[in-house]
This record gives sequence, structure tokens and C-alpha cells, in this order.
Amino acid sequence: MGDADGFRYGGLGFLVSVTYLDAIRSAQEKALQDDPTVFIYGQDVGAFGGAFKATKNLAKRYPGRVIDSPISEDAMVGMAVGAAMEGMRPIVEMQFADFSTVGLNQMLNHAATTFWRTGKPCPMVLRLPSGGTPGSGPFHSQSMETIYSHYPGIVVMTPATVDDAYTMLLEAIAMPDPVVFCEHKLLYYHLKADALPKSAVPAFRAQVVRPGRDITCVTYSAMVHEAVAAAQELVGEGYEVEVVDLRTVKPLDTDTILASVARTGRLLAVGESWPWGGASAEVVARVASEGFELLDAPPKRLNAKDTPIPYHPNLWAAHRPTAVRIAAALREVLRY
Amino acid sequence: MATRTAGAVAPRSEQELLLRGERLGRAMIRARLLEEKLGSLYRAGRIVGGVYLGRGQEALSGAGGVALRKGDVFAPLIRDMAGRLAFGEPMEDALRAYLGSRLGPMKGRDGNIHRGDLSRGILPMISHLGAMVSTVSGVLMAKRMKKERGGVGLTCVGDGATSTGSFHEGLNLAAVERLPLVVVVADNGYAYSTPRERQFACVDLVDRAKGYGVAGVAVDGTDPIACGEVLHRAVERARRGEGPQLVVGTLLRLCGHGEHDDGLYIDSTMKSSGRGRDCMQVMGDQMKKMGREKDWLSWREDAFREVEEAVAKVSAEPVPDPFEEDWWATQMGSGTEVLGSS
Repeated sequence: MGDADGFRYGGLGFLVSVTYLDAIRSAQEKALQDDPTVFIYGQDVGAFGGAFKATKNLAKRYPGRVIDSPISEDAMVGMAVGAAMEGMRPIVEMQFADFSTVGLNQMLNHAATTFWRTGKPCPMVLRLPSGGTPGSGPFHSQSMETIYSHYPGIVVMTPATVDDAYTMLLEAIAMPDPVVFCEHKLLYYHLKADALPKSAVPAFRAQVVRPGRDITCVTYSAMVHEAVAAAQELVGEGYEVEVVDLRTVKPLDTDTILASVARTGRLLAVGESWPWGGASAEVVARVASEGFELLDAPPKRLNAKDTPIPYHPNLWAAHRPTAVRIAAALREVLRY
Repeated sequence: MATRTAGAVAPRSEQELLLRGERLGRAMIRARLLEEKLGSLYRAGRIVGGVYLGRGQEALSGAGGVALRKGDVFAPLIRDMAGRLAFGEPMEDALRAYLGSRLGPMKGRDGNIHRGDLSRGILPMISHLGAMVSTVSGVLMAKRMKKERGGVGLTCVGDGATSTGSFHEGLNLAAVERLPLVVVVADNGYAYSTPRERQFACVDLVDRAKGYGVAGVAVDGTDPIACGEVLHRAVERARRGEGPQLVVGTLLRLCGHGEHDDGLYIDSTMKSSGRGRDCMQVMGDQMKKMGREKDWLSWREDAFREVEEAVAKVSAEPVPDPFEEDWWATQMGSGTEVLGSS
């Protein structure tokens, strides 16, 4: 990092902490610096630096490569498909993941089918500021990984840590396939690390982030932190919960999940998205069909409630899975 | 930004005009004869899915293909066989898509009009109308970022596609970026069975150019000479940096939406009006007026032979084998295999 005034520096001029958002901004800066084919396109990403400041100062430093788009999600993604076909590596920032529904057609039917239909790569990254935050309501809170994962031809990443936000975004940009990068807004400012990572775990590998012998809790994105908190809560009750962070939901690293369930014999899959289908359903389905004999109890899922995402924090806190709700679900499986 | 209609033809070298005329005439007749053959193959049960013809639109479509040059980008739509052939798509590739040959650019994974060849600058359309406008714009933006100057993008739509959000978003984006994009609208009277008055309420689609801040030109889509001239000029204006060009050709689809559709809903007064003229007939008359009947006939003979030879060749080519397919929709497929999941 040649210059990093997007970060907070300590009195001695060294980096004291990096947020999840800093990591995303830094990964984009590194990609712009290292690869002349990378450019960023999105609403307010230019001089303004993006709605969440994920592109702060980048337009100034990389003139002509961090470009404000009209409010046209369909055309933003369609443009990126064309640019990718022409050898560029566009990063499209959606202002909110929820708004990407307007650009779904270009992503699902165009970007996703290009390699299959033509044999030519379509390297592009769709960055989705995802997930709930207090007061965000029905249209600024959604988790879209279920929809994108359903379509063949797209990689869907859901990083939960500062390290992963940085290394996985770099990997996403370098991949020959279209990648949907679901970055969680709740983690943007509050999740911190001491420094940017020096090494990376391959993006397609799930990781055991907390070892345990009694039950496996498979989850991803912000829910990893809720699951780890729930695991801590259960320590006092004598249970050791193993938490697996999927990191990338498509492709799904079934082997790591099955290896964990082989150790624990029990499974809870947690997702912040809605309960009908999705990554948590896929995890349960795969374990049930490929690892049935590893199980000592019926596998369970925990997701948000099946309603639009509520505005008021009281309602929102009850709508999404939290450490308390995850702990309750874990107990249910443990006591079967 | 002015809306204009095809006016007097500026003097150009006769040689150049003759050459462009021949390229257009040959593309038109090649497209017509190839499509008639495709219709026969469809009725004979040799083509699965559907066959979609550009009958009556060969002049407008072909003129676009003739106006482009190597290094440009072409995103044709449903009725652009003439434009494709004029731009350089081999007749064999059209047949390969329809017959599912493994040797075609789509390898049997996609068919009929959903074909293209990125190495030739032909983008394979997706079925969702208007989608290619922003995609061609993306190619042009990439070329600009790579400092490749002078390239033009041309895409074709029908009157129906102009109702989509995608068309609007794409053309607006191109206008904001002032891209060298030519959008050719074939106002052919019907979107499938829906007449244009159920599609839009403005008098003429070319009037929309002003709203987008782009140049707009109207042309009689049944007149090959006018189409050739208007498209040539529009492409050259785009090439010179004058921004997007909206060309609206008025004509009539002289067939159903596809060969499964008899098109009986097409209004008979429209058929007998000026827009119902067959551009192929007009081309023949124009050639006759120039004393070039023999040329026209010889182009037809050449095209007929080319079609027969291409059908024979492609019919003998291998079709896809499900056991040889790798069934990976991503290039990272091998990586996912290591992990034992997909």
C-alpha cells in the first residue's frame, strides 16, 4: 500500500486497525494499481467515493477508471458484460444489494451464460452491500446470495472477516468468471483487524473458525459472528460448538462440511436470508443425502422470518437469526 | 441532435458506391435464400426449436452490416441475417447454430438466432429484448479505456424492444458516455402479434432521439439505396465522435414472428401500403433502372449455390455428444471438482 490515507493511523504513523470496509477499498485500490484492465462502475462511486465510501479517493488516484453510472442497474451490469467480453475486468458496485434485482437479467441471463455459450470468459465482479442493519427496512437490508447461487455460471462469495473481504475480493477480481461479492454492511465499520492479511485461504474453501466436538454450525457472512457468540454462550452449558464459515456459498465446499459433521454428528445451518431454499437449505440437503450416517440427530436450519425485513430495530432483531436464537436452535439439536 | 430524414445523397466516388451496393445486394439475396432454406429445413423437421426470419428487413439490416468494418462490433437481433452476412458471419455458422453442429461457435449449446462469434466482433444476443444496447456500450467503453480509437458498435432492435427498460437504460448510458454507438430500430409494425399502437404512443420512434440527446434519422426501410446511405452516414458520424445515432427504419415484417406463426393478424392495408413493399423487389427494380439486371441475377445464382453447398457441408458435421460435454458453466469448474462439489 503506497498511500493509505483511507485508514486511521496511530500517532507514530503506522496502521493501527483496518475495518472490513477499508479492506474492500484497499483490495479495489490494489487491483486498480496492479491491473490496468480493472475499472469500477457504479452510482456515486466517483468523486463522492460511494454511498459507503468503499471507493473513497480512488477516482482521483485512478482517473477515468472509477466511473459514475446513471441510476440504471440493468445497463450497469449489461455494460460490464460487454466490457468483460472486450478483455476488461469491471467491478460494478450496487448501491445496495436490494437494487441489484433491477440488474438481475443481465447478471443471470447474460454474464452467467457467456462462458457456457461462447467459450469466452466474462470476468466481472458485482459488489453487493448486503444484509440487515438497524433501521434499514425492506429495501436496504436484503441478502441476495440465494438468487444468484441458483443460476449456473456465477461464483457467489460471502466473506465474514476483514482478511476474507480483502483476499477474496482480490481473488474475485482475478477470476475468469462473473462473481457476486456479498459484503455485509453490518461489518463495514465495526469489524476490525490489526492489518491487511499477508496470505490468503483459497476463496472456494470453507473454514472451521471455531473447533468443537458436539455440534457443527455452518454459516457465512455476518452470521459467523453471531454463531461464534452463540458457541461461547454454550460453553457454560458444557457444549463445544464447531463453527464452519462457508466463505463462498457457490461453489459450496461440501467436503469441509461433511468432515466437520463426521466429527460432531450434529448440524445446524444458519443463514440471514429467507427460509425458502438458499445456502442453509443446500447445506442440510447435502449433509442429509451424502452424510446421513454421520448424523446423530435431524439436521436443522435457522433463517430469517419469512416476511419482508422490518424497519424498527425491535422487529428487525426478532426477524433475523441472532446469537440468542442460534444458541436456542443449537440446544434443540444437541438435546435431541 | 436534429431529427432528419434521408436527404440528397452526397456525391461519393462511384467505385465506392458500386462496391457498397454490391455488398448490400449480395447480403440481401444471400440472407433471403438462406432463410427460405431454413424455413424448408424447419418444415422438414430437421431444425428443432424455432426458425425466425428477417423477410422484408434485409435492406435495413444488411445496410448496417455493410456500413461496419473489421474491428467494429455488431450485436444483431432476431431478423438480422442480412446484417450478419454483410458483416462477415459465414453462412455455415448460421446453419451450424440452427442444426446444432458441434463445429459452430455455439457448439449446440445455443441455437438459431442466439449465436455470435466474439472473435469476429459479433455478440451473441440473449433473448431478452434491449439487453444488447448496454452490452455493446460496454464493449465500446472498454475500447475507449484501452485507447483503441475509431471503432463503432451497432445493434439492432425492433419496435417492441423500444418498450423495454433495458433499451432505455442502455441508450441513455450510451448518450451520457457519448459512445460511438448506432442503434437501428426496425419499426416493422408488429412485436410478435402486438401492433405498434399497443407498443408506444409517440407518432414516430425517431422522435425519441431528442429526449435521449442523440442524433435521430428516419429512413424508408424498404428502400435499399436509402438504407445503405443512411446507415453509412450514421456509422461514419459515430466514428467521427458525434455520439450515438438512432436510426429508425419503417417497414413491415413480411412473415410471422417465427415459422410457427402464420402472421394472419398482419393488417392487409398495411401490407398494401408503402411500408409493405418487399425490399428485395425494390432492389431488383433499382438494379434494373441502373441496367444491372444481369448482376442481380448472377448474385442470386451465386447465393443459391452457396446455400446449397453450405447446407450439404454443415449437414455432415457432428452434433454435440452429452457424454463429451464437460458440463461446467464456470471456468473455475476444475477448482470446484477438487472440492467435490459444484
